Amino acid sequence: MTDKDLQAREKVEVKTEAESTRNVPVYVPAVDIYESQDALVVVADMPGVGPDSVSIDVHDNTLTLRGTVTLEETKERVHVQEFGVGDYSRQFTLGRTIDQSKIEAAMKNGVLTLTLPKSDISKPRKIAVKAA
Amino acid sequence: MALIRWTERPDWYSPGTEFQRRQRDMERLFSSFAGRGASPFRSDVFPHVNVSEDADNLHVRTELPGMLPEEIDISVEGDTVTLRGERKLHVVENVNYHRREREAGRFRRIFTLPTRVNADAVTALFKDGVLKITLAKAEEAKPKQIQIKSA
Repeated sequence: MTDKDLQAREKVEVKTEAESTRNVPVYVPAVDIYESQDALVVVADMPGVGPDSVSIDVHDNTLTLRGTVTLEETKERVHVQEFGVGDYSRQFTLGRTIDQSKIEAAMKNGVLTLTLPKSDISKPRKIAVKAA
Repeated sequence: MALIRWTERPDWYSPGTEFQRRQRDMERLFSSFAGRGASPFRSDVFPHVNVSEDADNLHVRTELPGMLPEEIDISVEGDTVTLRGERKLHVVENVNYHRREREAGRFRRIFTLPTRVNADAVTALFKDGVLKITLAKAEEAKPKQIQIKSA
C-alpha cells in the first residue's frame, strides 16, 4: 500500500440548497469509515481546522460534521492558488444503533477521529441453536 | 484585453455558431475545474500548493492532514523548493470498512519560486495539518523605496 505515489485531488465543494452564511467555500472532507464490533469510527481529513473549530451533531439519525477554518487577514499578494481554503461539512445517515451519549471525538493535525459506540442492542449476539 | 463587452455581441454572432459552441465548451471547462478560490492552472502533482508574497517574504502553504512534521522533508536550493514525504495511514485490522476515501502514499513536489530567496532564512510551521513555509526574499529581490530629492 505504501508503494503508491499520491495523486493530487481537487477539493470538492459542497452543493447544498441552503447556502452557508459565511462567505467562504465549503468542502467535502475525505473520510474513512469503519465498523468494529463495538463502534463505528469516522476519520475525516480537515486540514486547517483546529480542535476548537469542529462541531459534531447527531440529530435523529443524521450525523453532521462541520469544521471551520480561521482565515488569516493578510496583505499578501497571491502568485499561485492551487487549493481553496474553506470550511468542511458532511452528513451521514446512521442506523439507529449509536449510543449518542458516548460519542468521542479527537482532532489531531487536521484529522478528525470520531468514535460512535454502538448501543448494546445492536451488538451481534451469538444465538445458540439447541439440538432438539 | 477585450475591447468589446460580451453583452454587445457582434453581428455575426448567432445562436448555434461554432463560436458559441466553443465559448460554451470553454466555460464548462473552466467552471468544472476551477472551484471557488482555486486557479484553473494547477499541477496534478501532490500536494497542491498556494504561493504568495509580501514585501520581505514568500509564503508557501500546503495541506498535509494527518502527517507529522518529521515525516515531511523540505529543501530549498536557489529558487527551487522540494517537498518530499510519505503519508501513512493507520489501517485498522479486523474491522469492516464502509468507506475509504483517504489515501496514503509517497509524494515529491518540486516547484520554482517567483523570486530568489535566502535559503538560510527559511522557516516552516506545521499546524492543524497545514504546512506553512516562510522564505525570506534575497536582498536583491526586495522592493526598494526610492527617495526623491528636491532640487
